[in-house]
Amino acid sequence: MMNAAFPLMGNSGAAAASSAKVAVRDQSVSAPSTTSLRMKVKQVNFYYGKNHALHNVSLDVATNRVTALIGPSGCGKSTLLRTLNRMHETLRHTRLEGEITLDSVNILTLDVTKLRRMVGMVFQKPNPFPKSIFENVAYGLRINGHAGRLDDAVEKSLRRASLWDEVKDQLHKSAYALSGGQQQRLCIARALAVDPEVLLLDEPCSALDPVNTAKIEELLFELKATCTLVIVTHNMQQAARVSDSTAFMLNGELIEFSPTAQLFTTPADPRTEAYITGRFG
Amino acid sequence: MASTPNAAMPAGLAWSPRALLRRLRGADEIAHLITLIAAAILLLITALLVYQLWIHSAEARHRFGWNFFVTRTWDPVAGEFGALPFIYGTLVTSAVALLLAVPLGVGGAIFLAELAPPKLSSSLTFVSDLLAAVPSVIYGLLGVFLLVPLMRTTVQPALKKTLGFLPLFQGPAYGIGFLTAGIVLAVMIVPFVLSVSREVLLAVPRDQREAALALGATKWESTWLVVVPAGRIGIFGSVFLALARALGETMAVTMVVGNNPKIAASLFSPGYSIAAVLANEFSEATGNLYLSALIELALVLFLLTFVLNGLARLLILITTARGSGVLPT
Repeated sequence: MMNAAFPLMGNSGAAAASSAKVAVRDQSVSAPSTTSLRMKVKQVNFYYGKNHALHNVSLDVATNRVTALIGPSGCGKSTLLRTLNRMHETLRHTRLEGEITLDSVNILTLDVTKLRRMVGMVFQKPNPFPKSIFENVAYGLRINGHAGRLDDAVEKSLRRASLWDEVKDQLHKSAYALSGGQQQRLCIARALAVDPEVLLLDEPCSALDPVNTAKIEELLFELKATCTLVIVTHNMQQAARVSDSTAFMLNGELIEFSPTAQLFTTPADPRTEAYITGRFG
Repeated sequence: MASTPNAAMPAGLAWSPRALLRRLRGADEIAHLITLIAAAILLLITALLVYQLWIHSAEARHRFGWNFFVTRTWDPVAGEFGALPFIYGTLVTSAVALLLAVPLGVGGAIFLAELAPPKLSSSLTFVSDLLAAVPSVIYGLLGVFLLVPLMRTTVQPALKKTLGFLPLFQGPAYGIGFLTAGIVLAVMIVPFVLSVSREVLLAVPRDQREAALALGATKWESTWLVVVPAGRIGIFGSVFLALARALGETMAVTMVVGNNPKIAASLFSPGYSIAAVLANEFSEATGNLYLSALIELALVLFLLTFVLNGLARLLILITTARGSGVLPT
């Protein structure tokens, strides 16, 4: 289960970490490079106009694992996340250099709507549509010409997002009647409905209270079995709790990318150590 | 120590304009009172308007009663007055105008807000706002010199040939009439629909668009299925603003509607509207009954606008209550 007080440093911390994370560790492999890779980021440079936001970033996203991106505000972690399903293209004057692959296919060669169906996204602030709970989940199915019964697909997605039991009697109520945490799980259900291979989460808990945060973290843990997850978070404890690998970014550069336990206990780079021990950021 | 200048001021100076201004700046009560008066005056004017129309239409009201609304004759010489042709003309020309202007205005707004490059969008919006400020008599002239001949020689014969089996498009092509007046009105109200709808669409939060796009929606699916529904209440608002203008528009309609109190199914037929008959006949109304009937027409127009606006609000309430909810902003 969740271990809220995950010690970050020191020998005793390392010992606690291995015991706390044993459930995660025994199914994960020590280095991401030896597992099967769902997405691969190679030498990516990204620009907002003249602003050089990502410098030569390379990152491997392992299949059915949680990859966390951490770093201080403005370090480029959200930018990196948004390049993974080409959401950066909704902004003007952006430029991407380098290569990003999904199952060894360059994502720039894919049809963007098809890519986004395979690589879904959940945002920082819960953003349900001003429609009923049912219609929110069904939206993605409708636009993708879902064949079969919408009811079943909606139920399945809500169950996967652990929301079904709370909303099954009020599917036709407005999504805005839900609490913030429920709205965020609804957004996860909406993203899951189109059955993505990868789910990107951009600080999904930053607007939620600790109870709802714990629910979402538990949910991520369950989703890992069927989906590859990439999560951006401000919260180092959260990264330590939910992820298998963690990437630390600073000023648009990827400083260190290691298995989570290793990054938090024996960081290789002094800047990583400075960040996780709270000396800046 | 004299803490503030007005505390130090002698009482006699308190009502000099500068002192008054200073007190206003500091005093909530005075600001409250003055703004309350401003708001109350609005209410007062409305009440006065209704009262005056009610009082001065007394003779016609007593003489014709409810029959005023169903009588089709308007004969000042015989002293017979019925409002039906004018109500009909007002409603028909406004309906034609809305039918043409809403798709055009909302379509244009979607293009400007969602699809056009920002520079093009802002310059086109400027042009549209400019159109909204053109005096209506100029639109009327445009109608008389450009639209009426065009309708007579080209549009109406073409409509008759293709859609002539409908009662709407039958009868002689005069050029003037309901259809022409409706088109002129449509041109006048498009800028209203467009400007307000564009603002509404731009105000839909960015995260709604992103949510749709991240599900694999195309730009159009995100616009049509998410952004437009999210802004639909504001779009309704723009339509009713436009309707209010169409109902009350006087000058341009008078110039092209034909000024003939007739009720005809054909849109080619000349007709009349309430605002137009008031403008045309008010100065030459002889006799108290004639004048009183005209004032009752004005009262009808006022109530018509009132009722349609009420219905509009009701419609918004119903569509909002029906489960979908509003954006929390």
